[in-house]
Amino acid sequence: MSAENPYAITTKNLDLWYGEFQALEKVSLNIKDGIITGLIGPSGCGKTTFLRCLNRVNERYGNVRTEGTINLLGKNIYDPDVSLIELRKSVGMVFQRPNPLPISVYDNIVFGLRVHSPRSELKRSILDDAVEQSLREVMLWDDLKDNLKEKATDLQLEQQQKLCIARLLPLKPEIILMDEPCSALDVGATTAVEELMLTLAGKYTIVIVTHNMAQARRISHECIFMLLGEIVEHDRTEKIFLNPTNQKTSDYIEGRYG
Amino acid sequence: MLHRSKGKALREALIEWLIRICGISAVIFVFAIFFFVFWEGKGLIFNNKVNINTASIEAITKVEGIDESLASKIVSTRSEIKLEKRLTTEWLLKEDLLDEDTFVLIEPFIKAKEFSFWKFLTTQEWYPASESNPRYGVFALIAGTFSVTLLSMLISVPFGLGSALFISEFCSPKLKETLKIIIELLAAIPSVVWGFIGLTIMNQLIMSIFGAQIGINVLNGAIILALMSVPIIVSIGEDALQAVPDSYREAAIGLGVTRWQMVYKVLIPAAKNGLLAAVLLGIGRAIGETMAVLMATGHAVNNPFDGDFPFLHALESVKTLTATIAAELGETARGSDHYQVLFIVGILLFSITFLVNLTADLVVKGIKNK
Repeated sequence: MSAENPYAITTKNLDLWYGEFQALEKVSLNIKDGIITGLIGPSGCGKTTFLRCLNRVNERYGNVRTEGTINLLGKNIYDPDVSLIELRKSVGMVFQRPNPLPISVYDNIVFGLRVHSPRSELKRSILDDAVEQSLREVMLWDDLKDNLKEKATDLQLEQQQKLCIARLLPLKPEIILMDEPCSALDVGATTAVEELMLTLAGKYTIVIVTHNMAQARRISHECIFMLLGEIVEHDRTEKIFLNPTNQKTSDYIEGRYG
Repeated sequence: MLHRSKGKALREALIEWLIRICGISAVIFVFAIFFFVFWEGKGLIFNNKVNINTASIEAITKVEGIDESLASKIVSTRSEIKLEKRLTTEWLLKEDLLDEDTFVLIEPFIKAKEFSFWKFLTTQEWYPASESNPRYGVFALIAGTFSVTLLSMLISVPFGLGSALFISEFCSPKLKETLKIIIELLAAIPSVVWGFIGLTIMNQLIMSIFGAQIGINVLNGAIILALMSVPIIVSIGEDALQAVPDSYREAAIGLGVTRWQMVYKVLIPAAKNGLLAAVLLGIGRAIGETMAVLMATGHAVNNPFDGDFPFLHALESVKTLTATIAAELGETARGSDHYQVLFIVGILLFSITFLVNLTADLVVKGIKNK
């Protein structure tokens, strides 16, 4: 965001319960603007839950209760006057399995625009430009420019996942959340998506949950290690991997558990 | 011990065979019913030249100047000649059985008429019990079935799909369970009870609200049928919506759409085959329903459609194909023309519901889409 605030996301004492089970405990974090932050930790440590708090999609399940604050884009997103629609426009999300909608490539990319823009702004030329720009940004334009009418669910998985990133872009998000975006992809596709993430960093703040520690090391600038719903350590990625402060972190990094 | 006793193996095989027979019994039943219905109606279908209006001794005796012995002679002579010749009355004159005046009087009772399937479908005159001139035109009955089904669908489709959407997407899990149980209860009410409600409660309501002369009419039948097909539309529609992968919902929500936009832009297009199938099965139910319709529609042969606005006159009584069979089959002599015509009505009905259900099946499999 701006120079005076280096942080894109600031959380204070964030607690979250699924029914009786507390999944997040006093999570206080500052996530820097314009870099890739990796969330690592063993299964069930709350990293995905935390990610899903950032655009409040976890509230789909009725039994979720949260306390504490998350400040992003200059506002606490749990304030009652916050519009979930505006929040989710600014905070895009990429899911574990590529989930393009069962419509054409073109329609997938302009889906957000069609929903959010007034009818007068939905001129063909504007939509066409948005499609080209988004596909170029995710390096799919050359592959797909002649197949824009193809059903998105028929693409290769790598292309599907890139498309899922591309369709966020016309809404001009500030933050992109990624929930293990490569776990359904093969090695080549993973590399391609990782390269894409690195090109997107700087323009967008990216928070990525990953199970793959090598991946966290390759692409993230900062890493957050979580355990049992708590933040154990948050530092530059090299520091976390080479010289962690906390014993639990180093044990996890070395593969003693998890 | 790698050996298994023969008794155990035999028992296993027996059970397997029993299960297999249960499985294919449905096929056997369907074919048996097909065969039976067509067999009973075959006389008119394959032999459609004659056979209508078999002269009965009782009917002929009523004509002036003919006593019972003469009548029985005429009937027996008639039964000896070829079917084709019965289309005219020349044989009667050749035999020199009666004088010119009596001949004119008796002609309509003994002259066979062609049974034309086309005429059967397109004429509105349904006088199957007339002694001198029975006419079998089912157009008004088809119009009756069609009008009640159409109107009931206009009511039940929006209601059914709306409540399927509500149950699947908008309500809390607790309410969802309650609603599903209650809707299943709605499906469990016997059709005669529905007919009873139509005959008593709806009848009164329609008369007082719309000022209709009779409350048992198209509207009454349609409302009752709508209530009967809503559970089918809801449960199948809800299944179709549940079958949409949750990832589509998350994709849409992640892009910041409202719940209604998600339903409208993502779920309905994704589930459209299943929703269409729900509607078609609801239609199948409505067409085939008998008892409730018999009780609620007034059972008067009448075509409620005409060219004037509003085209469908919902406050008129009608008679449907199903109700006709139910009400009349018990009164006919086995093998008589009327009996056979009712079986042809059955074949017609069977074909319509079969087509509707087949379409529903194909739609579910997505063949329409590929």
